[in-house]
Amino acid sequence: MSDDIDQADHTENTSHADHAGHADHADPVVAADAPVDLDDVTGHAASELDPEAPPVLTVENLRMYFPVHATGLIRRKVGDVQAVDGVSFVVPEGGSLGLVGESGCGKSTTGRAITRLYKPTSGSIKFGGKDLATISSRELKGMRSEIQMIFQDPYSSLNPRHTVGSIIGAPLRIHNMVPKDQTLKRVQELLEVVGLNPEHYNRYPNEFSGGQRQRIGIARALALRPKVIVADEPVSALDVSIQAQVINLLQDLQREFNIAFLFIAHDLAVVRHFCPEVAVMYLGKIVEIGDRDSIYGNAHHPYTQALLSAVPDVRQASVGGRRERIRLQGDVPSPIDPPSGCRFRTRCPIAQEICAKHEPPLMQIGRRHKVACHFPGRLGEAPREPLTTGLLGVDGEGRPDPGASPSNDLVDQPGYADTWFDLDAKRIGRA
Amino acid sequence: MTAPSSDLDSHLGVPAETGEPSEAPGAVVSRSPLQLAARRFLKDKLSMASLIVVLLFFIAAVVAPFAVKFGWIDPLSSNQDLLDEFGLPIGDWGGISGDHWLGIEPGIGRDALARLWYGTTFSLAIAISATIVAMVIGVVAGIVSGAAGGWVDVIIGRIIDLTLAFPQTLMLLALSSVGLAFIHQTLGVPNGNPTAAVYVIVVLGLFGWTGIARIVRGQVLSLREREFVQAAQMIGASRRRIYFKEILPNLWAPILVTFTLMMPAFVSAEAALSFLGVGISAPTPTLGNVLTDALRYADSAFLYFFIPAFMIATLVVCFNLLGDGLRDALDPKADR
Repeated sequence: MSDDIDQADHTENTSHADHAGHADHADPVVAADAPVDLDDVTGHAASELDPEAPPVLTVENLRMYFPVHATGLIRRKVGDVQAVDGVSFVVPEGGSLGLVGESGCGKSTTGRAITRLYKPTSGSIKFGGKDLATISSRELKGMRSEIQMIFQDPYSSLNPRHTVGSIIGAPLRIHNMVPKDQTLKRVQELLEVVGLNPEHYNRYPNEFSGGQRQRIGIARALALRPKVIVADEPVSALDVSIQAQVINLLQDLQREFNIAFLFIAHDLAVVRHFCPEVAVMYLGKIVEIGDRDSIYGNAHHPYTQALLSAVPDVRQASVGGRRERIRLQGDVPSPIDPPSGCRFRTRCPIAQEICAKHEPPLMQIGRRHKVACHFPGRLGEAPREPLTTGLLGVDGEGRPDPGASPSNDLVDQPGYADTWFDLDAKRIGRA
Repeated sequence: MTAPSSDLDSHLGVPAETGEPSEAPGAVVSRSPLQLAARRFLKDKLSMASLIVVLLFFIAAVVAPFAVKFGWIDPLSSNQDLLDEFGLPIGDWGGISGDHWLGIEPGIGRDALARLWYGTTFSLAIAISATIVAMVIGVVAGIVSGAAGGWVDVIIGRIIDLTLAFPQTLMLLALSSVGLAFIHQTLGVPNGNPTAAVYVIVVLGLFGWTGIARIVRGQVLSLREREFVQAAQMIGASRRRIYFKEILPNLWAPILVTFTLMMPAFVSAEAALSFLGVGISAPTPTLGNVLTDALRYADSAFLYFFIPAFMIATLVVCFNLLGDGLRDALDPKADR
């Protein structure tokens, strides 16, 4: 009967504008998408970086190639889609790393390789003393409870023929997390944790809204009490008003259960709020990685700068001025046959000869800031001479320099070193 | 959808008006996709009518053996006294009378209604068995083909092509003596009609599975890319669980529809085989062999020929309409 009352109230609220403010008598359908309490309406503060947190997931030089076969009778392999090509990063315990980039840059593939939906071509994924990249399938099943995933599309990620109870209960049953007779109780707890009505375990996904479905997906991921969750564009498919609520929920869960997130998204504003650390990907490689201030306030890579210039700025809009937008020319090149040298050079406004010859290494230029560019600098302040010549042992045009002593350790290491090259002071910085 | 009811009403427990008068007031009833489809189906008058006809056929088929046992109908004994010197029934309309509602058979003089009624049982039994054989082979082949992919998919695809290209009617006739002997001797099925029935079922099943296999394969190919399959992998589900718990429940719609479309095809196929001399032979009646027998009297005893033909046509049309209705109900987005 309480459903009945609530529904009537809801009708009331929507049909009479003067009553619209009375949201405290929440309708069960709306309640899930509505803030838990009124204090919450203001939203959560942006997540803070804990620099001391030990790494929980260390990804090193991860490669994910997909073979391309010729069409025809004999399916000869003709090449590889180099979806992810040598990516390294660290996700700290209970922290979150954002992975941004435009469509097709390999960010989702990275997530799927880490969760072992794909078997990585090479590289290592260190988690809890084990390398997930080479783990046996039997061990993998055990590790499934440690790393979980939230999927992008709340409509296709829930089996339409299963009830919510059976969707959330499946991981519990497969891993024998709780005794059989306790499964329902645990499912209801999980529903409550993600802000859904625990009585709705018997319903089918088609009876929920997009935001509620995404909450079901989150509950399923939480069921195994994972240490790491790979969130593959968890809010991209949702209405903007619902996005904030799901993000707040994820922040609450992160704090409560100390879950580390690899947060894949293309919405820079969402990532800025959720992730104290951000990695920018372009065509299978990380071009810039750093803490929030380094990326959003001090971007040194022309691609990051172009991405940021595309984000609408409310302050800018209020004063009426128009900010200069950096428009990248052309399309993303094919990952089957990526450009030589720097992969971004075909669309880069400041590319020079050296960019076609040598791939820029990911240089550390700040305490927690790395960039892969021959000409790193703030917008409009890019240096005239490449700064990477010393590392690569070449001259300004990219020809080998016999007098130079190239660094033989150019493979990108996950995490940050204690020393870096400070571009402003032109000297080595130390922690 | 609902008229705004006053707060007072709802707090007093007066049921708020909802769009569905049939259910408990205000309570949100949970419905699975199949339940939703059933509701759509119930609203479709043509489909419901054909469902009723099909159900009548089934009830008749189930009741017939009992009717024979209790002597209500007698499909076997002849009534020579009701035939004239040419072997044709005496009286108008093929000898229709109070004792013989559909007249009597020319030549031998058995009751036409009894033969048709009892024949429906055998026809439907053969058609259902053959459909089940075809469905099981087809669904398993389709799931394996779509889910495994690679060379398994290629091989199953080639087998399907080969089966479709096979001159099956010719093979069926050419192999009938060998096949019947094999079924009788190796499998120990009693000689005569039981062996013939098994032969027809096996042959129809072995040649009929290709369509559903292709449909299921296509469905599996699209389903396995859906994120819920990856989510099942994520939580460590076994392959078997993914195939049969995650994917198979999403295949019920095409399976059900194909079933209802395959059944009538097999009823007609059985009739065609009877005509060609393979299959169950008289005195045991089937719709097929009654029709075959009636062909000889098509000009002299028209009604005797027309009624079985009409029955087969009715059954086939109703099954097809039922299948169409099911498809519309299960997948409202699909174009007709």
